[in-house]
Amino acid sequence: MIYACHLDDLPKGESIRVMADVPIAVFNVDGRLYAVDDTCTHQNASLSDGWLEGCFIECPLHEAAFDLRTGAPTCLPAKRAVRTHAVTVAEDGAVYVHAAVAQPVAEGAA
Amino acid sequence: MKAVTVVGASLAGLGAARALREQGYTGALTVVGAERHAPYDRPPLSKDFLLGKAEAADLALAAEDDAALEVDWRLGTPAAALAPGRRAVVLADGTEIASDAVVVATGAAALPLPGAPRLAGVHTLRTLDDAEALRADLAAGSPRVAVVGGSFIGAEIASACAALGLETTVVEAAPAPLAAVLGPEVAAAVAGLHAANGVRLLCGTPVAALTGTDRVTGLVLADGRAVAADVVVVGIGARPAVDWLAGSGLELDRGVVCDPGLRTALPGVVAVGDAARVRRADGTTARAEHWSAANDQPPVAVRNLLAGRTVAAYARVPYFWSDQYGVRLQFAGHTRPGDTLRVVEGALADRAFAAVYERDGRAVAAVALDRPRAFTRLRKGLAA
Repeated sequence: MIYACHLDDLPKGESIRVMADVPIAVFNVDGRLYAVDDTCTHQNASLSDGWLEGCFIECPLHEAAFDLRTGAPTCLPAKRAVRTHAVTVAEDGAVYVHAAVAQPVAEGAA
Repeated sequence: MKAVTVVGASLAGLGAARALREQGYTGALTVVGAERHAPYDRPPLSKDFLLGKAEAADLALAAEDDAALEVDWRLGTPAAALAPGRRAVVLADGTEIASDAVVVATGAAALPLPGAPRLAGVHTLRTLDDAEALRADLAAGSPRVAVVGGSFIGAEIASACAALGLETTVVEAAPAPLAAVLGPEVAAAVAGLHAANGVRLLCGTPVAALTGTDRVTGLVLADGRAVAADVVVVGIGARPAVDWLAGSGLELDRGVVCDPGLRTALPGVVAVGDAARVRRADGTTARAEHWSAANDQPPVAVRNLLAGRTVAAYARVPYFWSDQYGVRLQFAGHTRPGDTLRVVEGALADRAFAAVYERDGRAVAAVALDRPRAFTRLRKGLAA
């Protein structure tokens, strides 16, 4: 379990990047929090710097998009899903990421 | 429509094949590629591939589900002619491919140094084979490298060479690299990356000659200065690969001229990617050599091809990126001399900023170094 930030520091529509075994991006989508691996599965770019539209995050480099609920890519050029991670908010407003167990790094990952 | 041939097996060609199937075309589909390789992504060739951080397999563009495209791949033989009278694409080996419709996606070819002799150690970088040859040469001993041309590909190659620990010089004919593309202020900030990373940048003097007999030993500039080099990489631009279309009836003008919907002068022929020169509503024409155009144009072209008329225009704001010395440059829009640069975030001097180019008080382009989030916000605000 990784402390990410205080809820006040992650307003709606915003994102932050936290370090786990790999960087993880945490998003606030209209009050619901989602976390996915931060690095786009297409090429080296940080999804926490991307364009958030509803539950979808668009990569800032090539406009690959992912569904934050499932991690699945919704359009090319991404072909592989990003991992999703559980997020919880403690009573004091602390946001925690429960990083999924590391999987073998897929071929071609940066 | 029973037989469509896509000529060109790179990003735009594969995109056209995917778009045809997605949009309901069920007939025969042939993709012709001059290279022997299945479609691969070119941008990493001048970046991670040169550094050995990416291999050929990492660059493959096709996904598992692309098998469902049922493409007849004809790789390794370039197209030699388009014979509209016979409704055929003719390959260099004489094979004719009957085609009701054709997507021209032949891209562009790297320009060699004019008048230069063929010497070992002299490279251009466009294809996977080019990149493998260059990478092998860079790994042989510890060569001194001269890069001719300080534009994006030249700067990326120089960046890779510096990262490999090689003594590297960039030679740029213009007074400053990229000034015409980025404007003087941003160009100066980007050019500063070379010196900051130990790469020598010589501007304002074109190359007069390469030296060496069998293998290159360096180059001589027009002012007489000599640059010793064991490897020379020429990155002075590319020309659209459309010579094979001479006599086809297509309008050729530094590319295949097409309408805003990417339809050409011939019915049933569309053009996409680096080979396509789009005529805008105001009569001017423009050709993009950007990954993003090659990626985004095929669905539009295919829609119009299947409709038999122009029902959609390609109207996306031009966008490109470049990775140099660990810094990510992003640019979108159209700028021209006289536009005013306004830094929105960061500072030019820090080589970390996002900025807009303004004309008559309106943003016409956006640029950023290492500010992807701010850049995306600015890019989304640009009108097509």
